[in-house]
Amino acid sequence: MKVLIAKPGLDGHDRGAKVVAHALRDAGFEVVYSGLKRTPDEIVREAIQEDVDVIGLSVLSGAHLLLARRIIDGLRTQDAGDIAVVVGGIIPPRDVEALKQLGVRHVFPMGTPLPDIVKAFKKEPPR
Amino acid sequence: MKEIKAHAGFPIAPVYGPADVAGVDFDRDIGRPGEYPYTRGIHKHMYRDRLWTMRQYVGFGTPAETNSRFKYLMAHGQDALNVAFDLPTQLGLDSDDPKAEGEVGRVGMAIDTLADMEEAFAGIPLDRVSVSLTINGMAAPITAMYYAVAEKQGVAAERVVTTPQNDILKEFIARGTWIYPVDPSLRLVADLIEFSARHYPRSNPVSVCGYHIREAGCTTAQEMAYGLAIAAAYIELMLARGMAVDDFAPRISFNFTAWGKIFEEVAKFRAGRRLYARMLRERFHASNPKSWMFRSLIGGGGSAFAVQEPENNIVRGAYIALAASLSGAQTMALPTYDEAYTIPSPKAQLIALRTMQICAEESGAADTVDPLAGSYYVESLTNAMETRIGEELASVERMGGIVEAVRTGAIQAEVARQAYLYEQKVVSGEIPRVAVNCHVGDVPAEADREVELYAFDSKAHAAQLAKLERTRAQRDGSAARTALRRVAEAARGRDNLMDPIMEAVKAYATLGEIAQAMRDVFGEHKEAVKF
Repeated sequence: MKVLIAKPGLDGHDRGAKVVAHALRDAGFEVVYSGLKRTPDEIVREAIQEDVDVIGLSVLSGAHLLLARRIIDGLRTQDAGDIAVVVGGIIPPRDVEALKQLGVRHVFPMGTPLPDIVKAFKKEPPR
Repeated sequence: MKEIKAHAGFPIAPVYGPADVAGVDFDRDIGRPGEYPYTRGIHKHMYRDRLWTMRQYVGFGTPAETNSRFKYLMAHGQDALNVAFDLPTQLGLDSDDPKAEGEVGRVGMAIDTLADMEEAFAGIPLDRVSVSLTINGMAAPITAMYYAVAEKQGVAAERVVTTPQNDILKEFIARGTWIYPVDPSLRLVADLIEFSARHYPRSNPVSVCGYHIREAGCTTAQEMAYGLAIAAAYIELMLARGMAVDDFAPRISFNFTAWGKIFEEVAKFRAGRRLYARMLRERFHASNPKSWMFRSLIGGGGSAFAVQEPENNIVRGAYIALAASLSGAQTMALPTYDEAYTIPSPKAQLIALRTMQICAEESGAADTVDPLAGSYYVESLTNAMETRIGEELASVERMGGIVEAVRTGAIQAEVARQAYLYEQKVVSGEIPRVAVNCHVGDVPAEADREVELYAFDSKAHAAQLAKLERTRAQRDGSAARTALRRVAEAARGRDNLMDPIMEAVKAYATLGEIAQAMRDVFGEHKEAVKF
């Protein structure tokens, strides 16, 4: 399984993204980290180029709904809608359902224990 | 017996006694408050003469909304401001830039032109209120706008007291609002320091932050070591321009956290003050005692807070306030209990302010200077922290110095490694977190049910766009274009960028235009992605 951990938008806080990237690597995943401030288009392109199974988005600025929608739409347009998208960050409970309706497979709001995040990735079937 | 370690990594003994402080020389290592090496604090009587400044971090939506929140807090006894800007502003993008979509007014207030800054400080007398500006990559133009607003209010330059954060190195390490490559970014830091030292003598043109690096995951000792290394890098930069150390060092300030173990935090600041004083006197040969003083905002530490049972964060905030007070803070700011999931509500902000006021007025913590001095434990811990900070400084040197370590990404990788280690200790229970990994309650962490949530108002975005359009239409377009050309010319040369930037902001050039004029010359930073 190959995972792209990505930071879309302008938010520069990447502690959570890097911690999850470390944990997934230790759990045996092949992990690519995008670095900060990637546009949705760049993330879609990198996911396809790297041929990943899952994209993990980290957003702490509040712009998660818009950014997740742009990325999921982009994947579908590029015929890569089978790449699973999961989202973590400062996600208010009221937005969890909205994200899932967009097609996000799992949402990890603040306070999600690290082992739970790793477990959710493990349950995702490879493409 | 249970083993306990400091966050800095060394073991804590169950009991301390005279043998643990046998090597301490009172005059050399501790001394008197207000005297070199300032272990006990930078002022003789500390809070008895002047209490710490209370400076909550505020800013959201439009300048008008932020202006009314400023006034709300000031009406409740807050005596200074600490301004939050939204991400497009921090990154030099106008509110109508496609990249700003969804981010306008989210995590701070939106500033596009001087007209916004005028509105943000309307009715706030800038000769009497000190204002810190949490701005880094865009510190030069935003501070220029602030100076211009003060001028319009008729405030003399020598009466303006402001602290732009202007610490780009920590942005590369931790907070991520870098724009330009490392060298031109450092040049902008130095241009603002030099310009302010010449024209705005009470401005504190740089606030060196260990805070955000700690929030990103480093240890207590690393927080202090990296902060000291960054301060030294800026000092070297100014010396290389031919400035004398005593011409700018007295206005260098710091911003650090105090969450976690109270006594370790106090020891961190006592050791840090001692190390900084020695560095400035012995290494940089500063002779003005004000240059030797480590003046710091202490507080913060949202990473101490938890989303589970959020009201517990009020208690955590009170311990942070106590630690900051015992650590000799000049300024204090606390995170709010709802900060793990939302922009602070007015109620949460008021509770944070009241927490500091209760600590100041009721707890007795501020009654006497450095009350923990002479404690076997705290003096021994201060020495242990000093040693550990020294080891971390040596490790930065092995990475090639702080600037090189930032360029290669080595320091970012080390901070990420520490963040992962910390998280593993939380998972294993080695680091206890109440209601998170021990004493876990049966209430699920669904914050919505329990606390007031800030509702982001999308109308704010529309209002900001309309205002930006109006300002562009009403300004003298050719004056703005000429000023922007001068910014680009100065960027290509070596003259201080602040003069043309001041001219551009006064001509109502937008922040995005000014940032782009420099981006065309400097290019953009390429991150060394390591984890």
